Amino acid sequence: MRSAIVDHVIDAAGLVAEVGTSKNGATLLFLGTVRDINDGRPVTGIEYSAYRSMAEREMAAIVGEACERFGTSDVVVEHRLGVLTLGEASVGIAVAHERRAQAYEASRFIIEELKKRVPIWKLEHYVDGTREWVGAGEGSAGGVIDTDANR
Amino acid sequence: MTVTVLLFASYAEALGATSLQLDVASNATVAEVLSSLRRFPGAERLPPSPLVAVNEQYASGDRALEPGDEVAVIPPVAGG
Repeated sequence: MRSAIVDHVIDAAGLVAEVGTSKNGATLLFLGTVRDINDGRPVTGIEYSAYRSMAEREMAAIVGEACERFGTSDVVVEHRLGVLTLGEASVGIAVAHERRAQAYEASRFIIEELKKRVPIWKLEHYVDGTREWVGAGEGSAGGVIDTDANR
Repeated sequence: MTVTVLLFASYAEALGATSLQLDVASNATVAEVLSSLRRFPGAERLPPSPLVAVNEQYASGDRALEPGDEVAVIPPVAGG
């Protein structure tokens, strides 16, 4: 298993190759990509930033939890930072498992936990030249994260 | 004692800084550090109880701090 915050283009085929072994019957690749419209506003790109050291720690914890919970060690996750243009991948998750059901569950678990817990932020750039922090208007997210999970 | 407060994304923009050194009472809690932070211009743009991490781990308001602790005030996360 491996996870990393990266500053380069995510090599999707490389992630798949990294988890592939002949004992696995299912290999899944999830890519999160920059979408052209968000909440009705045309987007030109997204700038990703992070509390990098903590983001690395949280991603590693999530991957560890997924491996334990779904019974595989063939998981690799990369999240990219910096300015990304439309269609580029911000996150890549490759999971391989003996069985497809657990591969799907593990992949879903990882992306959902990542979106809840990993300190990464998006500054969306719009066609009209304005920029906005995604989710910043939502106020406190204090109820979302279980602080006990980290103790 | 002194603690380092880290600010990110919209919160860094609100306070015009990514890092601050705050003098607080010894064994001050996370909640007390957040109160001290309220004195800074722009802090009114922070929500009433923002998410906080101490030394890279999420922590609750009653967590007591030690000298040199790194207190990060975390805006709503938006990875993926």
